[in-house]
Order: sequence, then structure tokens, then C-alpha cells
Amino acid sequence: MTPGEDDAPVVPAAGRAPGSAGRVRRHTDPLVPEGPVRVSANVCQAAGCMSMGSDRLFADLKEDVVASGATDVAVRRVGCLGLCSAGPLVEVPEQGRLFEKVGAAGGTSLAELLGSLTGEAPGGREVADDPFFARQVKVVLERSGKVDPEDVEDYVASGGYEALAKAVTMMSPDEVTDEVVRSGLRGRGGAGYPTGLKWRTVAKAPGEGGKYVVCNADEGDPGAFMDRSVLESCPQQVLEGMAIAAYAVGASRGYVYARAEYPLAVKRLQSAIRQAEASGHLGRDILGTRFELHIEVRIGAGAFVCGEETALLASIQGGRGTPRPRPPYPASAGLWGCPTLINNVETFANVPSVISRGSGYLAGTGTERSKGTKVFALTGAVVRTGLIEVPMGLRLRDIVFDIGGGLAPGRRFKAVQTGGPSGGCIPEDLLDMSVDYETLSQAGSIMGSGGMIVMDDTSCMVDVARYFMDFCREESCGKCLPCRVGTQQMYRLLDRMCHGTATMAQLEELEGLAGMVRATSLCGLGQGAPNPVFSTLRYFRDEYLAHVQDHRCPAGVCPMDGTPGAPVPPEGALMAGTGAASTGGAR
Amino acid sequence: MSEVRTLVIDGHDVAATADQTVLSAARENGIHIPTLCHLQGLSDIGACRLCMVELEGSPRLVASCVTRVEEGMRVTTVSERLNAYRRRVVEMFFLERNHVCAVCVANGSCELQGAARDLGLDHFELAPLHPEVAVDATHERFVLDQNRCILCSRCVRVCAEVEGAHTWDIQGRGADARLVSDLGTPWGSSTTCTSCGKCVQVCPTGALFEKGRSVAEPKARRPYLPYLVDHSRA
Repeated sequence: MTPGEDDAPVVPAAGRAPGSAGRVRRHTDPLVPEGPVRVSANVCQAAGCMSMGSDRLFADLKEDVVASGATDVAVRRVGCLGLCSAGPLVEVPEQGRLFEKVGAAGGTSLAELLGSLTGEAPGGREVADDPFFARQVKVVLERSGKVDPEDVEDYVASGGYEALAKAVTMMSPDEVTDEVVRSGLRGRGGAGYPTGLKWRTVAKAPGEGGKYVVCNADEGDPGAFMDRSVLESCPQQVLEGMAIAAYAVGASRGYVYARAEYPLAVKRLQSAIRQAEASGHLGRDILGTRFELHIEVRIGAGAFVCGEETALLASIQGGRGTPRPRPPYPASAGLWGCPTLINNVETFANVPSVISRGSGYLAGTGTERSKGTKVFALTGAVVRTGLIEVPMGLRLRDIVFDIGGGLAPGRRFKAVQTGGPSGGCIPEDLLDMSVDYETLSQAGSIMGSGGMIVMDDTSCMVDVARYFMDFCREESCGKCLPCRVGTQQMYRLLDRMCHGTATMAQLEELEGLAGMVRATSLCGLGQGAPNPVFSTLRYFRDEYLAHVQDHRCPAGVCPMDGTPGAPVPPEGALMAGTGAASTGGAR
Repeated sequence: MSEVRTLVIDGHDVAATADQTVLSAARENGIHIPTLCHLQGLSDIGACRLCMVELEGSPRLVASCVTRVEEGMRVTTVSERLNAYRRRVVEMFFLERNHVCAVCVANGSCELQGAARDLGLDHFELAPLHPEVAVDATHERFVLDQNRCILCSRCVRVCAEVEGAHTWDIQGRGADARLVSDLGTPWGSSTTCTSCGKCVQVCPTGALFEKGRSVAEPKARRPYLPYLVDHSRA
């Protein structure tokens, strides 16, 4: 693991781009002038903007700046700037201005941006008073869009690793855990288990054979990209959180379990680990102390169920990714039987600020029982979609209409889906509810990892339920019967409804099955699979009735092409692929 | 010797050692809890969900095969709700693959059929899934008929844990989950299979059977392999 083998610069900032301002060593390197920087163009290099060509834009912009002869303009590579629907994004922090759709049709032209940078004609728009940004509170995403995701020096320069230094040099492991307990931080992976309590359980578990910290980066909910963005934007912050956790619980080895579908996040994470080891923030003798932590990245093989902690651990150990009954919980018997702390990406990313600013910093934001902020991937039928971070307790309405900018003209709000395939749909009547763990679960949904899909009147709720059931039946690991077969049976019933061939007896059957699968499945995937059905039945029963009794889809989405009561012809969808043993998925 | 715990199962006071499961304590005391994936002597995985019981003070059901006894626990093994769920579990097993008892070697000694009988399951309410699955008759002495497999993985465990060969495993997930030998190669060409036949002996249905047997021929196979012992009790 030589630092130089990665294409990210490990050398200090001052060593970059030697010679004239125009010389750039590699195309991925930022352009930093030797003299004072008047303005800098922060070009988003997270997956969303890169898919719209921001990597090319980054290279072109550097060339153009050099060609313009400007010697006080920097062009930097940063992580997610948030407003993904308007990418590629470029921010000029000195002027507080954001340029949208740079180089894309209908957006800012490169010449316009260049003109603004060289001071000819300021363009873009003011960030400060934009409701998309103004309603947000950034803790996890504090450095997202500000630091270079592939440069540990940049992270350190922004105050990174101060929390780790404080923890390992000035605090005992117990004091660190106490601080996390006091902060009221709860797991951001979905269930909201108190983080401090989990740390304490692992810290107290006897660990003669060593202990482990594991970061769950197997984000798989449809429409969710919070963890991906955090890892792409500031992987060091997650590693710092893991290192603090390892110090608190007494672990010296760690794993990040990341999806293979996130190649950029994995690449940046691997580069971040190498750089942190080279800079003395990971590895042996961290920051000159006796504390050591060795982190490895493990890449999943595409199974959603591996986000379930026991399946994740089985997968890390090289086994088939299937859940096992708990107890024993991973906190007492996890990886290779050793006490193992598992937290989500966002949970770990919260930790540095808890330690460096004290527990009160987090505890001062949010509601009584849900402290701090939550990152959401706001997607669907809103005008502005993207990555947002809001204080817990903000009204759902504020998120949809202020931050998201409401719906497209002429469209009517129908529901917000949170919590992915284990979550539910929240109707218009509940738009004024506070977004926190308790309120969401009372409303029949869950906080989940942070996917938030807004749906308008062109969405059919029966079709939505069918979509999520299709997802669950595809992703069921197949170990326990209720999940493996129950999701297939529920899918068939929902599919009948969408074809207009279901009967009232089958609607009743669906509810009965949903209750059985929830009560008898082995793990959270199966237990949560009926939730989209329950919540749509609770708030949109009239749509189900329209499908079943009137053979009509109010939103005009479902084909409704079957003869009522007759068997559904297109069984092909269900049978496809069952003939041949699949080699993909959980292994 | 581990400590003794006292608990109540269906109103009966029961004493068990701390390392015993609710299932084993119940069986020791003559209380029947239906099971399919459990087999005494093999590790428990809690997959078939047939052995779920109610615990007083908890809204959640637990699989008794993987739940350790606790002091003062009050367990209910039979209730209307449990029976309804168990019938549904057995119904789903039948409908998942293509079980045709009339031509099955296990007819009459099949545990799935037995569970249906015990639970009074006499008709199906859900639709059959009718997957197209394969029969592997490449082995010299045995046959694997996927149509009858309930994925209980008893064969996988006996092969790995007792015979030490680990010929069997489950491949794919969800509806695509299949019992496979040697990473998905035909059983007959398996280089790990010792042809010991343990998998055939522990199969609760007729998914694994000996060639040359006809319908309903292998009767009363229990108690499986006499040397299988419950390790938690040893």
C-alpha cells in the first residue's frame, strides 16, 4: 500500500501544481494558483453530477481558466453540492453563488461561468436566500461540497481529525462513549437504536479475541443515495467516526461493507483509507498514541439483504449473505464470534462533531427523542431533487414545498414514501407532521435510512405497493419461508389488482398474508416487507377498492387488462428466471 | 453443567438447563411443537418458522428452536393465531413447488404431509406458484427432485456438520433459491459427495430419495441417524 499508487494526490497542498498556475500534473488534480486565490470554482464530482459530465467540465474549466490568463482563480474538485436535479453544479463559495446545469442545454454556459469567475459579469444565483439551502442544517454534510473528497490534507485543513485527536489524547474510551450517549444520537440506518447504548454494550462485552467496528454502507433502498453521497463527498469523516468508535469500544480492526454498485464511493473510500494511513490517522500508532485501527473495504455482491446486520457479517466472513436469528446480537457475538459494533455511514459521520463540539451540539438540534439532523435523498415529483440535511422535527410540508420547491405546475401532491421497501406512504393529511423517528412510525412508515420519494397524482398507490413487493420478492434471501414465499404470494395478489382481476376476497387475503409475513419472518426484510401494503391500505384504501370493485385505476397507471375474476395471463413475470439456478446475488 | 431454569410452557412447570432451547425443553416434557427445518443433532437455523411460539409480555413471536429458555418465561405453543400461521406456513410450502403426493416416494412418511395432517390443513386458499424446476438423477444411487424440496437445508447441514463433506448448499435467492451440489454441478459428477446417503435420510420430504424406490415405499425413517445427538444436551 504505497501512497503514490493512487491517482489522488497525497502530497501537501503546497506541493501541488508546481511552477506556473497553468501546470496541472493529472487531469483529476485541482487547479490551484501559486498566489492568493480570489475566487474558486468548486466543481461537484459526486456521481450525480459526474453522470451529467461534471468530470469533463472540471477538465474543460481548468483549461479555460488557464487560457484566460487568470492567476487568482482556483478550480477545485468537491463532493455533492446537494441540488442534484440541477447538475452539473459549480459553486463559487467566495461569492456565495451557485451555477446550475453548467455546460448543459438550458443551463449556464462555460463562457458565462468563466466570465463570472474572472470578474466580468457575476452570474449564477445567490445560495444564501435560496430555500433549498436556507432550511437545511449541515452536520453530516458539513464538508460535502467544500472539501476535496480525495485529499486527506484538505479534510485536515477543514478541521478534520480534530475530534479523533481530542478523543485519543484527551479522553478515555468511557468518556467518549458517555459523550455519545449524552448527545442522544440514534442509528441513522433506519431503526433508530441509541448509538451510545450500542457502543457501551460493545465496550462492556468481553473481547479477548479482539473486537471489530463495521460500517454498514450497503445502502439499497430504491431512491436512496445518502450514504453514497457521504462516502463520495467526505469519506474521511466516516473513517474518523469509525476510528473514534473503535477507540471507545476497544476495537483494532474495522470493515466498511459497501455496495459494488457504488464504484466511485468505493474508490474514494479506498483512497481515503490509504491516505489516512499515510498521514497517521489510521493504522498503527494513530496520532502518536498506542491506539491502532486497520480498516478494510468489503464489497457486496448485490444482495439487498446484506444491509441486515447479521447477513452483512456473514458476507464479510465470506459466507452466504443470509440473516441469522438474534440473539446473540453482533454486539456480543459478531464477526468470527467477537463483539462487533455496526453503525451506518451517516451515524459514523455524525460522531466527529459530537466529540469535537461536545454532545450539546447535536442534542441542541432536533426533537425530544430524535436529536440532531437527518440526511434525506429527496426524489420524485418535486421540482428540486437532491441530497438534503434537515433538523429532526422539521415539518414534512417544509421539506416537500420549501426545500423541494413543491410539485410541477398542474400536479397534485399525493404521498411521500419514506423508509424504502420496509417503509410506508404518508398522505397529504399528514403533511404537517414532524419528521422524527416516533412520528413517522406512528404514521405507519419508518425513518429508514433516508430515502424520501414524493409522489403526485400520476402515481397509483396499488402500483407503488406492487413495485415494493416486487423488490422484496426479488431481494428475499430465501432462507425463511414467510418472506421467500409470502412476498411472492402478495406480489401475485397485487399484480391481479393491477390487472383488474382481483376479488374482494383476495383483497382480504392480501391483508391476512401481510399480517402473517410481518409476524413470522426471520429478519427485518421480511418483517418490513408488508409495510408498503399496510400503509397504502391505511391511507389509500379507496384506490384498492377502485381497482378491485370498479376495475378501474384512478391514476390511469395500471393496465387493468384482465377479465375480472379470471386468472391473470401474464404469469411470465413471476415465472421468469425460476427455471435456471441463479448464480448471482447473496453468496 | 449449566444452570437450571424454570419456566412455564402451556401451563406446565418445566425445568431446563440454561443452554436448552424452548423447543427442546418442550419436547422433553412431551409438549409437541411442529417443526420442519429442525433436526436434533444439527445446528438450528430458524428458517421454517413452524415452531414459532408466543412469549408472555412480548408482542413478537419467536422461533422456539433458536430461543434459549429463560427463568420465569411463560410460553404458549398452541393458540388460534399460531395455528392459523402454521397452517399458512405449511400451505405455502405445498404451493411453492410442485408437490404431488400421489407419485411421491415419501407419501405417508413425509413430514410436510404430516404437518398438514396435524394442523388440519385440508385445502389451499392461495394459488400454486408452479415453478419449473429440475430433477437431478445423475447420481448413481440417489435422486434430487427440486419439485419436492422445501429448502429446509437439513441435507446441507448434515453433509457439512456430520459427514464433513459440504457437498450441498443453497444457491440463488428468493424464488430462485435452489439446493445445489458442488457449486451447481450435477450431483453425479460431484467430487465431494461420499455417497453416504445421510442427506437422503434426513430429507423431510421426497426431494432426496434412493433410486429404485417406488411410491410411498420408504416408511418410518425416524429416528434418522442413530448417532445424531443434540450437541447442546451432550
